[in-house]
Amino acid sequence: MQTHIIGKSLPRKEGREKVTGSARYVDDINFPGMLHGATVRSSAPRGRIRAIHFGDGIPWNEFTIVTAKGIPGKNCIALLIEDQPCLAAEFVNHPEEPVVLLAHADKYLLEEARRAVRIELDPLPAVFTIEDSLARKEIIWGADNIFKSFRVEKGNVDSAWASADFIVEGDYETGAQEQLYIEPQGMIARANPSDGVSVWGSLQCPYYVHKALSILFALPKEKIRVVQTETGGGFGGKEEYPSMIAAHAALLAWKSGKPVKIIYDRAEDMAATTKRHPSHTRHRTAVTRDGKLLAMEIDFSLDGGAYETLSPVVLSRGTIHAAGPYNCPNVRILSRAVATNAPPHGAFRGFGAPQSVFALERHLDRVAQAIGIEPAELRRRNFIHQGETIAVSQVIHEPVNMDRLLDRALELSDYHAKRRRLAAENSTGHIRRGIGFASFLHGAGFTGSGEEYLASEVAAEATREGRLRVMAASTEMGQGTNTIFSQIAADALGLSADQIEIVQPDTAAVPNSGPTVASRTSMIVGKLVENAAHEIQQKLFQEGLLTREYSAQDFAAACRRYIDAHGALESLARYQHPGDLHWDDEHYRGDAYGAYAWAVYVAEVSVDTRTAEVRVEDFVAVQEVGKVINPVLAAGQIEGGVAQGIGFALYENVVWQEGRMVNGQMTNYIMPTSMDVPPIRVFFEEIPYARGPAGAKGIGELPLDGTAPAIANAIAHATGVDITRIPVTPEVLLEMLESVHA
Amino acid sequence: MPEPAHKVRVECIVNGQSVSFEAFPLARLLDVLREQLGLTGAKEGCGEGECGACSIELDGALVNSCLVPALQAAGANIRTIEGVANHDRLHAVQQAFITHGGAQCGICTPGMILAAVNLLERHPRPTESDVREGLAGNLCRCTGYIKIFESVVEACHDMTSSRKSEHRA
Repeated sequence: MQTHIIGKSLPRKEGREKVTGSARYVDDINFPGMLHGATVRSSAPRGRIRAIHFGDGIPWNEFTIVTAKGIPGKNCIALLIEDQPCLAAEFVNHPEEPVVLLAHADKYLLEEARRAVRIELDPLPAVFTIEDSLARKEIIWGADNIFKSFRVEKGNVDSAWASADFIVEGDYETGAQEQLYIEPQGMIARANPSDGVSVWGSLQCPYYVHKALSILFALPKEKIRVVQTETGGGFGGKEEYPSMIAAHAALLAWKSGKPVKIIYDRAEDMAATTKRHPSHTRHRTAVTRDGKLLAMEIDFSLDGGAYETLSPVVLSRGTIHAAGPYNCPNVRILSRAVATNAPPHGAFRGFGAPQSVFALERHLDRVAQAIGIEPAELRRRNFIHQGETIAVSQVIHEPVNMDRLLDRALELSDYHAKRRRLAAENSTGHIRRGIGFASFLHGAGFTGSGEEYLASEVAAEATREGRLRVMAASTEMGQGTNTIFSQIAADALGLSADQIEIVQPDTAAVPNSGPTVASRTSMIVGKLVENAAHEIQQKLFQEGLLTREYSAQDFAAACRRYIDAHGALESLARYQHPGDLHWDDEHYRGDAYGAYAWAVYVAEVSVDTRTAEVRVEDFVAVQEVGKVINPVLAAGQIEGGVAQGIGFALYENVVWQEGRMVNGQMTNYIMPTSMDVPPIRVFFEEIPYARGPAGAKGIGELPLDGTAPAIANAIAHATGVDITRIPVTPEVLLEMLESVHA
Repeated sequence: MPEPAHKVRVECIVNGQSVSFEAFPLARLLDVLREQLGLTGAKEGCGEGECGACSIELDGALVNSCLVPALQAAGANIRTIEGVANHDRLHAVQQAFITHGGAQCGICTPGMILAAVNLLERHPRPTESDVREGLAGNLCRCTGYIKIFESVVEACHDMTSSRKSEHRA
């Protein structure tokens, strides 16, 4: 039997196709007779549609044109609720809201036509900030502009203030961030009343698209088919928005009777699709003079944009992570996601946690400064230990050793020596250096009872050749699903990973293993892959076709005999929620996640005080994510996430004007290049998680949480500037440096 | 009124083969490669020369094919990602990207590999800053570039050692 597949850096399963350019992404695929589709969008943030004008000089009779009236079923993009229209009918609620769809075989003429459509609006007053929305300057959504709010209570915060030696307050903001996958979004659809609707495209969650199309077309589930094509990055950006593009392509295909392809160019992608929610967090913290946290009061707000989309769940994760890996006896977290007249903000790797963790970890450095102890010492005195409870009153039963992670991270980065030396050196010259860190946790899987409701499924089928086909809706978008699933299944069966085939996610062929989000693919779905593989093996054992020690040839022979006797050798694994995990949705307390990844990240920066440019010079990322299945892929996840976190902290500034992103080009929305990344040194502590496949936990989102606050703390150390919002662009920092030294 | 543009015939070498196509003089070479020649390895990431996903070699220089007018290809020697492997034998850079995690989602990979190959042809023993500069026009959102640097360094070792063994042979 093959062993030791887990923990080995097997090469990426689809690597050869990717390095030779033969991997087929949605824009590489064409169907005969295919039309191109385009979207005409609202230019104003809010208003009533008075008329749609089709300008002169365009042969409109050659075009397929769809408006809200042409929708066969319900005019919505169904997600948590059904408030977001597929095409605006009477009102628009944000700039770039889709109003009219056009299709034509000639994509150049199509673009001219798109520009020739004018949507006449009676403008309505709009709201653009969290503060104005909370102040109900205008009511633009529901009764009070609030999509969702949460209250978390642990202990008794109100009674703690009186006994505090220090009370430290802080106010923190994070900006929107564009996912900036390098492959823009796109879909191809075929649709007609007899065959139903089929779409192919770049997406993370086939069954989200499936549900949205079923409601939009009022068609039964079996009439809808969603196929994922090779996906050039997602990071959350292809979690919910692909349903919109699929809907548009399908409506045009339905009306024209021809296949329709919609590919966004970069400008449209940046202007219209989701971004990370801007946030505003207030902290009030009671602490003793020796650094013991007595109470944390956290007020956390997210700007959700014009429709609810995923804001309640983003808010949920942000809320639960807001008090970090600390054991504070009294915690109150009040949070809400509010409506503004911007395009809806959505999923982006970390999903609310990077926002609240930035505020917390920056705040704790300020708390340490206020009481005059080392930031590391403050963390150490409050770290959560096994058996203690985090803010949502979840007892951490797993082994957790934050002290060890902190020690290792500080040692690897030479933190203490640098902290002293750099401060002394900074008195001269225009380059100031600093070092800072952040400690944090990230829960894997859906929150609370989410996994129970999802009830994910994975199927497996053995072939006569002794190969295993794994069928799941979990998508490969670069993070390594294909390879990790192969390793897990191969390990479970004692085969080589080459003998595992991962079936392309296609709702006609794979069961619903849930969305590819929430750091759940390895841990939750991977476990189902493991179970499905074990079930196949059990069937062979039970029939006496296989003994405990077997070769690949034995396995193939057993599969052949089983299939000859029974017709097929298949299995289906369903998620079973562990009976000891309890979640109280009403009081927002309990076992929020089955498992957490734990981490400490250290950043060293240099700041040029003449240009206010910040460079990250060194970065150490130490984390405990359970058993590492594939070290190269796992390190790649961390390194890539850290680079995105560097962008979040320093460069990626979405400039808004009346709800519209005005710098929606790669020329002026700046992401890290090969010149901007420091050495990113990644270290794993491995404590196998009993419920994870081969001991693995989730990993994907973790690195976004701690990178920005570590950098902000390092900038504060280098310059003495009190960083309270990101991105810290040179423009922002220059102003702050001037005010400090004025 | 300017004269309406007419399509012109362009002849060039693509991946070692003589190729002839008709296109408007200012058509983007990227579109010609993808739509007329079926070479879809070059990708459009931004359409404005920022991301490098459409990188190709034109007469030995790495260019963004989204910014190259079709007419400029006349008489040129072009290499795309499809011309990097020697039939089934991967280039050392391609192999290193697979082994060392240089590719994740794969959308920047064709351009990134061409940039790396082009760099190693110019600088067979690049320093770290050569590598960073050589790849600075190619954006990657997945890897944080670290595994790409490692892949290039590893490919460089492989190429150096295979050159040495050729000398010995």
